[in-house]
Amino acid sequence: MQNHFDIIIIGAGAAGLTAGIYLSRAKVSTLIMNEGTVGGQMVLTHQIANYPGIESISGYELASNMKMQAQMFGCSIRANVKITSFDLEGETKKVIVNNKDEYFAHAVIIATGGRPRSAGAIGEDEFKGKGVSYCATCDGDFFQDKEIVVLGGGNSALEEAVSLTKYASKVTIVHQFDNFQAFEHYVSDAKNNPKIKFIMESKIIEFLGDEKLRKIKIQNQKDFSIFEMNIDGVFIFIGYVPNSEIFQNIIELNENKEIIVDKNMNTNLPGVFAAGDNIAKRYRQVTTAVADGTIAALSAAEFVNNIKKNVQFENTI
Amino acid sequence: MLRTNLTHILSEKEHSELINSNENVMVCCGRMGPMCIPVYAEMEELEKEYTNVKFADMEFDQPDSKVIRDLPECRNFYGIPFVIYYKNGKVAKATSSIQSKEQITNNLDTYLK
Repeated sequence: MQNHFDIIIIGAGAAGLTAGIYLSRAKVSTLIMNEGTVGGQMVLTHQIANYPGIESISGYELASNMKMQAQMFGCSIRANVKITSFDLEGETKKVIVNNKDEYFAHAVIIATGGRPRSAGAIGEDEFKGKGVSYCATCDGDFFQDKEIVVLGGGNSALEEAVSLTKYASKVTIVHQFDNFQAFEHYVSDAKNNPKIKFIMESKIIEFLGDEKLRKIKIQNQKDFSIFEMNIDGVFIFIGYVPNSEIFQNIIELNENKEIIVDKNMNTNLPGVFAAGDNIAKRYRQVTTAVADGTIAALSAAEFVNNIKKNVQFENTI
Repeated sequence: MLRTNLTHILSEKEHSELINSNENVMVCCGRMGPMCIPVYAEMEELEKEYTNVKFADMEFDQPDSKVIRDLPECRNFYGIPFVIYYKNGKVAKATSSIQSKEQITNNLDTYLK
């Protein structure tokens, strides 16, 4: 594979793949590199029913289609690599993967997306897959007639809590605030479900068990009292965190570690753009990521074209 | 059949033949779902690197996958995929739910040397 490109896109979710499609179709040589699976958080979604023009599609299929479309236009993709270092400050951007392979470009689009937020409680990793889950549609059927907790208070938490009542005998929603952030219809669906109970203004601070999860410790956030609850499973839906840590000393981030961009997806560094779930914005949807990726691609293409024009001009005088 | 580029195990017989005719085998038993797809993708990448290991998948919902679902090592598993590392036909390690590339390579290096 060549190692000089016009533009490198870091991240292969909806934003990165869209940028790849636009750039490759415009004959801008483009490399997408990705630390995980191509598709990002799209593949973490079973069914997408609000992508315009497509009645219903699995996240995996939509991601696969976007990947194929990008490759069809000539976009290079390297997935499952580890970005070990980079230099984004000079005129020529450099990204090193797996400690050995160097790639160069005139511009970089950071589309590293986000990841589900973990509870950060003691024992969470130990009991992942043994009672702790992040996917109701994947693991709900393991909890037939069992008592479970759903942690969170947003749309996903409330919607999944209701869906989990198909299996569980009792679902307790534990939420850190005294009100929900979810849309009202999700809240009323949950409140009207006789299997669902609520513990508000509380956090899980510890997961306990042996070969599987047996109980959790819950702490009230007002008086900080702690109590234990016997439980078979906990589903965690407490939002997402941006994958921006590796850029934090170079790219300007806000207090939530989101990348600050202008309306053209420019970051504080010339030639470095950002798009998708890792930027500072209110709504995070596949459609908004696609829009961000489009804008970033067009802005980056213009940036690269200007560099090339200037080089041509300098060569003629 | 799972839509991956891995070897597909379609029956109990194929499963038995695979683990008994290869010294090192990694099987991911799952669905085409959010927790499983990243593991298949990581396995597809690692297949090129770990030429001493046979990588395969098996559909969680087909009846014959009981050869994995009913393993004593999976007794307390509550999350797909179930991933089994076989050494000389015997279970060397089993994991439940999504695993990172680092976790998988660590298991390959530890249990399927």
